[in-house]
Amino acid sequence: MIAAILSLTLLGAVLGFGLGIAAKKFAVETDARVAEIAALMPGSNCGQCGFPGCAGAAAAIAEGSATVTVCPPGGKALAGALAAKLGISIDLSGVADAGPKIAAIAEEICIGCCRCVKECPTDAIVGAAKQIHAVMREACTGCGNCIDRCPTEAMKMEPVPVTLQHWVWPKPVVTEAEPSWA
Amino acid sequence: MGLIEKFFALLEPQHWGVHPDDHKRPAADAPLRSLPLPERLYIPLQQHIGAAARPIVLVGQSVLKGQLLAEAQGATSAAIHASTSGTVAAIGDVTAPHPSGLPFAAITLAADGDDRWADTGTAVDPFALPPPEVARRVAAAGVVGLGGATFPSALKLGLGLKAEIHTLIINGGECEPYLSCDDRLMRDFATETVDGIRIMLHATGAKQALVGIEDNKPEAIAAMTAAAQGYSEIAIRPVPARYPMGSEKHLFSELTGTEVPADGRTTDLGALVHNVGTAWAVHEALRNNRPLVERIVTVNGGAVARPGNIRVPVGALVEDVLAFVGLREEPARLVMGGPMMGSLLPHRRVPVVKGSSGILALTAVEAAGFDPGPCIRCSSCVRACPVGLLPLEMSARIANGDLDGAVAFGLKDCIACGCCSFVCPSRIPLVHYFNHAKGELAAQGRAQLRNEAAKRLVAARAERLERDAREKAEVAARRKAERAAAKAAEAARSAAASSEATT
Repeated sequence: MIAAILSLTLLGAVLGFGLGIAAKKFAVETDARVAEIAALMPGSNCGQCGFPGCAGAAAAIAEGSATVTVCPPGGKALAGALAAKLGISIDLSGVADAGPKIAAIAEEICIGCCRCVKECPTDAIVGAAKQIHAVMREACTGCGNCIDRCPTEAMKMEPVPVTLQHWVWPKPVVTEAEPSWA
Repeated sequence: MGLIEKFFALLEPQHWGVHPDDHKRPAADAPLRSLPLPERLYIPLQQHIGAAARPIVLVGQSVLKGQLLAEAQGATSAAIHASTSGTVAAIGDVTAPHPSGLPFAAITLAADGDDRWADTGTAVDPFALPPPEVARRVAAAGVVGLGGATFPSALKLGLGLKAEIHTLIINGGECEPYLSCDDRLMRDFATETVDGIRIMLHATGAKQALVGIEDNKPEAIAAMTAAAQGYSEIAIRPVPARYPMGSEKHLFSELTGTEVPADGRTTDLGALVHNVGTAWAVHEALRNNRPLVERIVTVNGGAVARPGNIRVPVGALVEDVLAFVGLREEPARLVMGGPMMGSLLPHRRVPVVKGSSGILALTAVEAAGFDPGPCIRCSSCVRACPVGLLPLEMSARIANGDLDGAVAFGLKDCIACGCCSFVCPSRIPLVHYFNHAKGELAAQGRAQLRNEAAKRLVAARAERLERDAREKAEVAARRKAERAAAKAAEAARSAAASSEATT
């Protein structure tokens, strides 16, 4: 009895010590910035960037294999925030802004199957079985995951309508005229 | 500041602002006319800062003049009333008087031609009412700031009570060139305007009212001084004509000698600023129970045949107004408001709203544009800037996409008055850059909020899925327990039965 207890304790201690050393010696260096970047991302894991979820995109951005403009739902604001975080300067004028599209349902084709409802990462689609579904515009991030789920092709992406409240003066186009005295 | 600098500051005249040709006459001297009632009025639901009003009438319903069409919704909003009697023909989109040419919701009213007022109740003595009741009546009449910002006036009056205002500043500056609607109002309705000011004093609990009028309007100053005779609490104070004297903070510092801090408001210093037109609207609302359904609009510009001031019902089209005054030639540019800060109109079929102070039909000569040249760093814009900013530095940063740099130079204090663009010898569209940058910053802010909201939604969904799973598991466990209990009971019963059979 005592021999069994002692031998198992000894075994546990030795293996535990070994594991401890191994954890220190073979520790995988993770970039601290990855967590910080992931915290900035929308976190809906929509996959539009082509990486496995927001954490994957964050890792790719941190190691430099992806640009800060990779996230369509995040748009210009996220690109700017990421650039500031990483201390790089980017030209934001070329970035297509904040998910220029959101999902919309053609109500006459919707059969109320609830598949899109289950797919939506932000619960932006409301609906019950055999009832017409609807997209809540403010909650939709435009990830497009619901599009392929629809058996009747009733889901489509539509451009976000520009309203008076959202309209922005365009940047003045300055064609530097040759001064008349030159 | 050292003594020597102080000495030099005393010597130096105030250098902010510009002196554009005012073009106010002969339009200002022409007698006030009324627009013949158009057949259709397009009354927008959003004629104020804040949330759009919610319609409470149905298509096909007949309404009387002054009847409530849409009620205020949310904390910052204003009610909308019928500008004439008739039937509601449609509720839908019309083009907004906005450079974007985007649509916004409006109620289309087919006028019946009678222009019959609804029974709006009997007038009571406003000075017998408690101040909050005065503010409530002002809100019910849909009164908004008529100087152009269109902030709901009742909210401002209520704010005055809360913030312990001691001075009411009445803005009769009208510093924008071409415009003379406030001038005409003060000349023709001085008694009513002074009465409105007294009601506002009562509503805010302020001790005195200072009426600032630019000295290029001697007739208005004379009329207001005569009307204010006998009311020692109201002082008519001529101020030098200089653009942008009508800016809230600048009029305040001109009248009181105190500067408003960059991140502060005049209410922090115990003063509330209202436009003279608003005072008139308050008088109409309290004394005559008339909601704000018409306003005085200046129609001016080189292309106008008979320029002047016109009483226009809210919702009349610019097209109707221009047809009434006649056009000398095809205007090269249509502007709503003043030439410095007004908005470019996409076309003539846009409605006149509560905040429309003027309609300008400008000729090609008046609206001539110039190709911008490079900045020569002459700092004319710095001298002109009424807020003391460095427009040349800010625009250079915005041109290179460095919005944060522009913000560091004080972009958020810019009042978009356009003085910098006006004086720039290189014709750089400075204020256009600032408007663009402010819009862009606002859009970025909205995107940021959206991102945060998405994150909250994702978290909420994760929580919901977990809760669903837990509830499902609980239900399954309960069912299992119930089934087990039923089985046990069954077994016990059959055991009892068998034991009974054996005995």
